[in-house]
Amino acid sequence: MSTDHSIQPLHRKVIDGWCAFWVIRGHLSRRTYLMFALAGMLLPLAAWWWLSGSGLMDKVFMPSPMDVVSRVYTWFKNDGLLNDIWISTYRVVVGFALSAVLAIPLGLMIGTYRPVQALLEPLTDFIRYMPAVAFIPLVMLWVGIDESSKIAIIFIGTFFQMVLMVAEDVRRVPITQIEAAQTMGAARGEIVSLVIFQSAKPALLDTLRITMGWAWTYLVVAELVAANSGLGYSILKAQRFMQTDKIFAGIILIGLIGLAIDQLFRWLHRKNFPWLYKK
Amino acid sequence: MNIKISIESAGKIFGDGKRDIVALQDINLTVGSNEFVTFVGASGCGKSTLLRSIGGLETLTSGSIKVDGVPINGPGVGRAMVFQHYSLYPWLTVMGNIKFSRLLQVNRDGITSSDVEAASGRADALLDLMGLTHVRDAYPNQLSGGMQQRVAIARALLPRPQILLMDEPFGALDAQTREVMHDMILHVSKLEKTTIVFVTHDVEEAIYLGQRVVVMAPRPGRIDSICPVNLPAQRDQDMKLSPQFMLQKKEILTRIRETAGMRTDLDLLERMTRQAAAGT
Repeated sequence: MSTDHSIQPLHRKVIDGWCAFWVIRGHLSRRTYLMFALAGMLLPLAAWWWLSGSGLMDKVFMPSPMDVVSRVYTWFKNDGLLNDIWISTYRVVVGFALSAVLAIPLGLMIGTYRPVQALLEPLTDFIRYMPAVAFIPLVMLWVGIDESSKIAIIFIGTFFQMVLMVAEDVRRVPITQIEAAQTMGAARGEIVSLVIFQSAKPALLDTLRITMGWAWTYLVVAELVAANSGLGYSILKAQRFMQTDKIFAGIILIGLIGLAIDQLFRWLHRKNFPWLYKK
Repeated sequence: MNIKISIESAGKIFGDGKRDIVALQDINLTVGSNEFVTFVGASGCGKSTLLRSIGGLETLTSGSIKVDGVPINGPGVGRAMVFQHYSLYPWLTVMGNIKFSRLLQVNRDGITSSDVEAASGRADALLDLMGLTHVRDAYPNQLSGGMQQRVAIARALLPRPQILLMDEPFGALDAQTREVMHDMILHVSKLEKTTIVFVTHDVEEAIYLGQRVVVMAPRPGRIDSICPVNLPAQRDQDMKLSPQFMLQKKEILTRIRETAGMRTDLDLLERMTRQAAAGT
């Protein structure tokens, strides 16, 4: 006897489809996945739209999505939005790059050589629990209130975390990969550069992607305290003038830039490490 | 037969001084040139530690290991090693992995990359020998476990090592793939005239491959007995069913069971079954 699905009653199909969604670690077609993803984005937007138009909350505190869009436009037209984006991105990228340039070799050493680990890891562990924000007064006294102070705060916020994550990535390189190189006559430096670093690279790029998100968090902190330009500063200034639409706009813009950079990192990952994606 | 490897009262103690574990105690053994020796034993008998010591990846706490009469000091190009898994470089293709030791020479000995290209005849021959030609540009994670181990063996053989050390290389493979690999590695040993030291927990594998089977015993890790294998030099799979093979397998298994101090307590199992059936 053959089973013909087309003669099943409609409600039966709907129930089956519903059950299929709740298979543990189940499979979802690309189309259905996108549908869910879109719903996940649109539902909060719709809720926001409804709430702002319902009159339940004062317009001053809850601007509508359209208000925010038009604010982005006037910000772009009259208030130098591009300049704010540029200066904020600049601070993040420089602070982040500086910490990456130092954290990667240092983490590589900590993850490879025991004495370096013993020397630096407990110290780093200790420093990373000191709140970066609490360093702001000190940073301002030491480096002043120009660009370098914002970069310094982003650096302090990301560097110590990054070092430990890099060291962990390096330690995860399988010992057999290292021992195989030893039995093939590799010298110490060759093992570090041709095996450990190469093997850890994909994990390192992921670490950079994650810490990039933190760099943006510390940017806002730095700009809230000591700046006269940038997205974070604009958010703070908007509060003084009760421009909630601008606060919304600033927050959403930072989110979008972050999302774009995150996607860029993911693209770099696929581009540089093809072997991880071929099956 | 020339002596290739001589292990002289080798000892190895792991520990921090408070609680020491004697991994190897007074090991004496010689391995001849182009000999195929297999090591079996219960877990913790030190067979892997001994192999790794020959490879130079572990240092002995007493005694010495000599290759061609010269005491070894750390890993060396003449002693290649094949691990159970995770030793291939996933970012390199099959060909890239096989040529890895050449890449090291480019870095160190001033050999240019054109020399490497010229020398790739050897790599091609190994690809052919291992049946890997059709996957030369694939990445390791695109290959099955058996194919990955072929790549690992080819990579180890590239610099023409005199000694090949194998640490349970087929332990993670299914039974059929393993049989194919057995005949392949016997072929390699004949063709390349490599001395092979092979560690396994599979007694059948040890007898089928080895000219001698060294049975090791745990706590402390030591050699229990050495069994020369009474099979024709040219092995074939049917020999596994022959009476001599069975007899030897039985002898070795008995030695391992005895040294491990483990025995299935049939009386106890019987009692438990009865109790469970009675519902008490």
